[in-house]
Amino acid sequence: MGLVPVIARGQSDGDRSHMTDPCNAILALDRISKTFGRAPFAVKAAQSVSFALHPGRTLALVGESGSGKTTCARLVMREYTPSEGRLLFKGKPVETGDARALAAYRRSVQMIFQDPFSSLNPAHTIAYHLRRPLQLHRRDLKGRQIDEAVADLLTKVQLDPALVAPKHPHELSGGQRQRVNIARTLAVGAEVIVADEPTSMLDVSVRLGVLNLLNEMKRDMKLALLYITHDIATARYVAEDIIVMYAGQIVEWGNVNKVIDNPQHPYTRLLLSAVPDPEIRFDDPRAQLKNATVGEVRRLSAIPQERIVAIESDHFVRQIAA
Amino acid sequence: MTQPLLSIRNLTIDYIGETTDFRAVDDVSFDVAHGEIFGLAGESGCGKSTIAFAISRLHRPPALIRSGRILLEGRDVLDLDPRELRHFRWREVAMVFQSAMNSLNPVLRIEAQFYDVLHTHQGMNRKQARERTAEMLRLVDIQPDRMRDYPHQFSGGMRQRIVIAICLALNPKIVVMDEPTTALDVVVQREILQRINELRKTFGFSVLFITHDLGLMVQVCDRIGIMLAGKLVEQNTAQKIYGAPQHDYTRNLWASFPSLHGARVTEIAAT
Repeated sequence: MGLVPVIARGQSDGDRSHMTDPCNAILALDRISKTFGRAPFAVKAAQSVSFALHPGRTLALVGESGSGKTTCARLVMREYTPSEGRLLFKGKPVETGDARALAAYRRSVQMIFQDPFSSLNPAHTIAYHLRRPLQLHRRDLKGRQIDEAVADLLTKVQLDPALVAPKHPHELSGGQRQRVNIARTLAVGAEVIVADEPTSMLDVSVRLGVLNLLNEMKRDMKLALLYITHDIATARYVAEDIIVMYAGQIVEWGNVNKVIDNPQHPYTRLLLSAVPDPEIRFDDPRAQLKNATVGEVRRLSAIPQERIVAIESDHFVRQIAA
Repeated sequence: MTQPLLSIRNLTIDYIGETTDFRAVDDVSFDVAHGEIFGLAGESGCGKSTIAFAISRLHRPPALIRSGRILLEGRDVLDLDPRELRHFRWREVAMVFQSAMNSLNPVLRIEAQFYDVLHTHQGMNRKQARERTAEMLRLVDIQPDRMRDYPHQFSGGMRQRIVIAICLALNPKIVVMDEPTTALDVVVQREILQRINELRKTFGFSVLFITHDLGLMVQVCDRIGIMLAGKLVEQNTAQKIYGAPQHDYTRNLWASFPSLHGARVTEIAAT
């Protein structure tokens, strides 16, 4: 099997992964690479990355800092242009020349940022934050209709419009602000939402609320969600599919339960073993990560590899150097 | 139990407002034994960081300690005069702040930042300080020859380890760690905490560990206190907090963590 083969060649359905299947995908990355700087100092932030987002499904992208997950998010947001490869939106490549298609793309693909405290303008009310995208992208709405739409959006994200709309961001908690951010992506009629660590700056007690909201939105509005995180436990909570990245490469991907219950790549195993587990105390030898092992896994995982192995249906792993 | 290292007795701290005061810490008492890791867990705004600051008297107005005592080996920290306080800070209580990797001075070499601490508190000269710096860096798995580098040349995890090395340079009796690994990813977090655990066993210092990650806390700490709105609602050994939580709030806190294995949690923690 070649490098992420499923896009290029037609194969039997058993081999076909949801994530790399571009048919009926709303957005697909086709062997995209992104390099920063020039040789010999070039950094390959993404190496031949392929995945697809489907309506009503969540794809979790996990990996440590510097593994390339935010680069992927920025590629999807068209903040970076890929060095190689194609970005397909509804089956068609996104061309820079076509202003109308580009506007449609920007409307459909929206982002939720990590920091709810800096992603809202402190000088404006919540109503303003939601009214602006409506005025720009929903030209058919006039006057009172806009206010109604704002109230409707706030209700959708379980905030009380009468209470929240006139407030300024500093009067809201982190969780409430993140809900406003979600409402803002819905205001323009997003079809794809890229959420870059949406809950990492929130309190534990409100995290689940925000994740549940994302889950509901996905289900009810058929959104395609790209959920970027380093917390595998929450990835399992919201996502159907998972991609594990390291050093710009996708090292393992597939159905979220299959990958977590039966991790094959040494880096995935390392990542899973480091997740805090209250069952195992630090003094327990099982909990000990050996520095030498960690270094070795990192070194081996960073070597670019072409060979992909299918572990079971919907679970693939990049073979590591022997 | 013999005399605890740190003993907090009926501590009450208010933030003074124009019209009303906000009680951030309400009648909190707990002890930390020699060589123990004690954890404080709770949401943001529950007062755990306020306690951390109060221990080395770093709290600033409008925070005001209304009542209570903070005893370190029997001596009340609140009675120290400014000169004693200077000696006390860092030498007896060291602190790793939240996002500590940003607390290094970006325009000074690592070496100079160690010298700052070692010269002020122990009157070391440059040569002695360099030797001590090399020793401390080795403890946290950083090449000693990198002491001539600037903070931006290190990764976040390495910077965090450097801060911990500076903290331990004076052999403090207790290290207060306020969310030391929150900004780091899980593998790096594990490496750092494992190292702290080993160093604690070697040098015998105590740790007051503050985080909101209960799972991690149960792994690291010997005993845990759960805080809610300024009050310490539950205090027990780590195993009991995990296996048999008594207070409703502790149970809700547990319920709000999606677990890696087993059933998906569905209920939302009530606050």
